[in-house]
Amino acid sequence: MQTTVSLTSPLSRPPHTLVTVAWIGVRELKDAIGTRWFTLYTLAFAALGLGVSFVSASGSGGSGLSGFGRTSAGLINLVLLVVPLMALSAGAASIASDRERGMLAYLLAQPVTPVELLLGKFVGLAVALLACILLGLGLCAMVVGFKGGALNASSIAWLAGLSFLLALGMLGTGMLISVVTRRASVATGTAVFIWLVLVFGTDLALMAGTLTFRLRIEELFALSLINPLQVFKMWSLHAIDSTLDVLGPAALYAVEEHGESLHAIFGLCLSAWILAPLTLACVLFSRKGVS
Amino acid sequence: MIIMHGVTKRFRRIAAVDNVSMTLDAGDSVALWGPNGAGKSTLIRCLLGLHRHKGVITVNGHNARSHGKRARASIGYVPQEIGFYDDLVVGEAIRHFGRLRGIRRTDIDGTLERVGLPGQLAKRVRDLSGGMKQRLALAIALLGDPPILVLDEVTASLDACGREEFMSFLGQLSGAGRTMLFASHRIDEIAALAKRVAVMESGRLTAVMDVASFASSHGVGSFVHLAIPERTRPRAMCVLSEGGFEPRLNGVGIIVPVRTDQKAAPIALLARASITVDDFEIISRATADAHAPIHGPT
Repeated sequence: MQTTVSLTSPLSRPPHTLVTVAWIGVRELKDAIGTRWFTLYTLAFAALGLGVSFVSASGSGGSGLSGFGRTSAGLINLVLLVVPLMALSAGAASIASDRERGMLAYLLAQPVTPVELLLGKFVGLAVALLACILLGLGLCAMVVGFKGGALNASSIAWLAGLSFLLALGMLGTGMLISVVTRRASVATGTAVFIWLVLVFGTDLALMAGTLTFRLRIEELFALSLINPLQVFKMWSLHAIDSTLDVLGPAALYAVEEHGESLHAIFGLCLSAWILAPLTLACVLFSRKGVS
Repeated sequence: MIIMHGVTKRFRRIAAVDNVSMTLDAGDSVALWGPNGAGKSTLIRCLLGLHRHKGVITVNGHNARSHGKRARASIGYVPQEIGFYDDLVVGEAIRHFGRLRGIRRTDIDGTLERVGLPGQLAKRVRDLSGGMKQRLALAIALLGDPPILVLDEVTASLDACGREEFMSFLGQLSGAGRTMLFASHRIDEIAALAKRVAVMESGRLTAVMDVASFASSHGVGSFVHLAIPERTRPRAMCVLSEGGFEPRLNGVGIIVPVRTDQKAAPIALLARASITVDDFEIISRATADAHAPIHGPT
């Protein structure tokens, strides 16, 4: 066996950051699609979405637009429950499980920086989540169309887009949890706890706060912007219906006071929820490494 | 090739690596020796940029902390036990790590052939034995022929047979112009692969010596090189291992590290087991470094 070594190896110039991120993303996407949890989430989301669409469209009596309005209201609530849980748990498992099985140290011993690894995983999982959302909502749109509804393409596009933004925010939050926890089980547990707080806890806290501190309407609206799920809910309804009547006085105040600039406000809030956890995760991961 | 200056890594109040300075030139082969907890693996992790540390490490002219990606591009790394993408097939795993190293077209067949894993292309990583996984890790470490090879107790999780085979591969790699830094607590591995030994204790580098001095100080005075017919070599390996020696296959026979007053003992042991020894040679420590069967490619 002959072994030759070139000391002026081409390896002295590692691939560009974007190339590295892309390859890690592709690997992560393939891994995610192959995992059981992802298949289960996708199937559950699609099945529940189909159920909601079928029931809503059946009750619409052929009134397509109102049929889809009812469907989209049901889907918004479904997205609020399923998508954050899916994204949070995917993000939480990403780094912590690799750390636990010794894969993280091996990956970071390659010409790969911690930020490239984190962003690559983020991109791969984001694409997987997008596929899941598009599959679920696409099936729902088909059912609505099949039941004779005049399918409002822009509504479903808004819903899919906003669901994806929510998923990105929750994915970044999950990855932040994954970076700061040592064990995958702790990361997953923390992710589920955060999900419970966002889905149920903040609503209860807002109600209690309003009663206890006699919050003014603008304060109530400002506080509701802290929760990305509330932002998603308000933005989705605003984008699809242009009114926020169903959400009560705080939402009505928001429409009166901010009008069309609500899109920008909601957009800034969700962008902050995407960028802040991801940036923090990158900084902490770079400093902390595998230790 | 590798320069470490004042490297210190603390975990809370404990200094896992304490003010270590060392230089490895091109083609050098240095063993990190010391008991568990001496700081060998931590030092390697600092070199790879896996731990933040004090002091400066330069790899091939690149600072391991500030330009870690560039520094690691010059390093092939084999850990003690590898955590892989278990669902991947071997070929896909090699291709993936090749891409991360910027290698557009990986000669996968050639790579596997090189480490003795031909025909394993379509096998899933989870179906490989421990020894085969280590060979896969070695194949990945050698992608693109990096000038530096870093090994962290690579044979610790292997059985006797797997260790012998793996050492045989590594023996062919050392002395081929590649710089090697490896952690081990096995004298036979150090004798086979190292030119110098860096002794670590409680995180500190207590001595750096040539391998002959190290072997003498640890009671290993010479090697006996035994020419044994190929068909009886596996049995001879077992007999010698059971007899308390640490024999190693080197492609043309068996090398046995022995104390100076025990040179005939391996031959006597094999004779009692009715194993034919065609020829033998005593290699003293002073000449060991220059002896082809021990350090050179076969």
